[in-house]
Amino acid sequence: MEATAVLHKTDPDDHITVDDLTMAYGDFLIQRDLNFTIRRGDIFIIMGGSGCGKSTLLRHLIGLKAPARGRVLFDGISYWESPPAEQKRIKQGFGMSFQSGALWSSLTLAENIALPLGEYTDLTPADIAEVVSLKLSLVGLAGFEEFYPSEISGGMQKRAALARAMALDPEILFFDEPSAGLDPISSRRLDDLILELRDSLGTTIVVVTHELASIFNIGNNSVFLDPETRTMITSGDPKTLRDESPDPGVRRFLNRGEI
Amino acid sequence: MPGQLNLQFPSPDNLHVILAGSWLLTEGPPSLGDIAQQLQSRSDICRISFDSKAVTQWDSGLLTFLARVYQLAGKHKIDIDPGGLPDGARRMMSLATAVPPREGTGKRGEKPSIIEHIGLKSLSMWRAAPEMLHFLGEVTLSFGRLFRGTAQFRRSDLMLIIEDVGPHALPIVSLISFLVGLIVAYMAAVQLAQFGAQIYIANLVSLGMTREMGALMTGIIMAGRTGAAFAAQLGTMQVNEEIDAFRTLGVNPIDFLVLPRMLALVLMMPLLVLYSGIVGITAGMFVSVTTFDISTFEYYQQTVRSMEWSHIWVGVIKGTVYGMLVAFAGCLRGMQCGRSAQAVGEATTSAVVTSILLIVIAASLLTILFQQLGI
Repeated sequence: MEATAVLHKTDPDDHITVDDLTMAYGDFLIQRDLNFTIRRGDIFIIMGGSGCGKSTLLRHLIGLKAPARGRVLFDGISYWESPPAEQKRIKQGFGMSFQSGALWSSLTLAENIALPLGEYTDLTPADIAEVVSLKLSLVGLAGFEEFYPSEISGGMQKRAALARAMALDPEILFFDEPSAGLDPISSRRLDDLILELRDSLGTTIVVVTHELASIFNIGNNSVFLDPETRTMITSGDPKTLRDESPDPGVRRFLNRGEI
Repeated sequence: MPGQLNLQFPSPDNLHVILAGSWLLTEGPPSLGDIAQQLQSRSDICRISFDSKAVTQWDSGLLTFLARVYQLAGKHKIDIDPGGLPDGARRMMSLATAVPPREGTGKRGEKPSIIEHIGLKSLSMWRAAPEMLHFLGEVTLSFGRLFRGTAQFRRSDLMLIIEDVGPHALPIVSLISFLVGLIVAYMAAVQLAQFGAQIYIANLVSLGMTREMGALMTGIIMAGRTGAAFAAQLGTMQVNEEIDAFRTLGVNPIDFLVLPRMLALVLMMPLLVLYSGIVGITAGMFVSVTTFDISTFEYYQQTVRSMEWSHIWVGVIKGTVYGMLVAFAGCLRGMQCGRSAQAVGEATTSAVVTSILLIVIAASLLTILFQQLGI
């Protein structure tokens, strides 16, 4: 491995580039030959039938799992070919909201959100407390600072997890099934929040979801993974794919099987 | 350039806040500065407006600052005109204020006084006793159903648990029993050598290992190894709502989960205790033969002469009781577990502590009992 990060030529607007990525657990192939680009400020949807490797792809993007082959580039820097210090720097720009929240159960909501702030900023505890309150109020949980994750409902845990993911104003926010388990109104509110984060702060957002309403509401770019052929079928704006994709499987998926 | 602010008064009732520079979280949210002071001193202000044309960069730093201003304005009942803020910041602020803070959660800064704390602890300990009895009752009923043949559990589960608590525990039981046998033999030898009576090492080791130490050591190993595992398994199932899923299906979780665990330990403990005794006696023989010049045959003869069936039975009965207590404590704490990773840890710790406590109490009671009965 070289000591410095390898810079590859990409468009300055290309935030994340997935280059010839193959994912596997040992000999078990999940997906192969993935190629797509997520541009700055995109709301990018990873979709596909159950068990096709959407969450695995997300784990590759956030640096939890190394690819079997291929590269993941952030601003032209290949994550897995970079030295650990560089990887850490790239990771600091990430916020991740896990499928079931993954809030630390021994910490209160305030402490959960304060932890990344305490680790990576020089803010005083009083300032951190205010930032925490702001983040909680952004997800509609003002006043819940002192609650433990086990004391609030599943939907609230999800929103608190989003508040934690947003703690450091990340450049890229990753969501694994953000609206699973939320009521339609909360789910809509979350969509609005995601759009707002993109519009206001210019955050790039990557979402794994099957929720069609959500996909069309927020997504402006996407990739469709197929469990049978174990590769991507297509990528692009989900609304265009719904109406014009040459692949009947994609059209059927995006029309709830009604074509 | 870090964030700067300037205050102006276009009209006496209007505070105009001019923001400039970059307002980033990493630079720390700037203090409210004069705003608080102005609002305090000039009671005729009834509107705050903003000008953010000179803001170059912003993130949550600006939002945190605005949240402070909003809060202050709310306190003084002053209107906020967000028109002059950057578009995104205005929308984020309206999002942040969309849901009013939850009042009356009773969670803020109430630390109970020390007396209150002691009271609460005592009450919770007082309540724990009936809970334990309740669980004991449920387990007893479950054993009743087992003998009537109506208890629902899978035989294959029982076999797996038996394999885990019995054969898989052999290496650690061997090691500990061997070392305990060794220690007892050495301790005895030091004393007995004064009288030239080393041959009685055999008596002490065989009596000690079969009657007391075998059962006690095996019980404590089981508490750490199996009791903790039971509590962690059942506790995690509680976290995942798996135990609720059994209840919903009409399957009694006590029958399905607790009964096979209790049975497995009750069946395996006597065997482990016997095994532990044999290993301990072997260790005694090893010491005697290698260090104290007693022949293997002599040691064997002396052991057989000193052994009575009652020693073996007492050890086995004690071991079985310890096994029941370990399984009981492990399952009890697992079933009582709360719904978080933290709670699983507490349940596991508590299972081991409870098991050892119960073992020691039972050991004392049984020793007195057997003494009184003259066994």
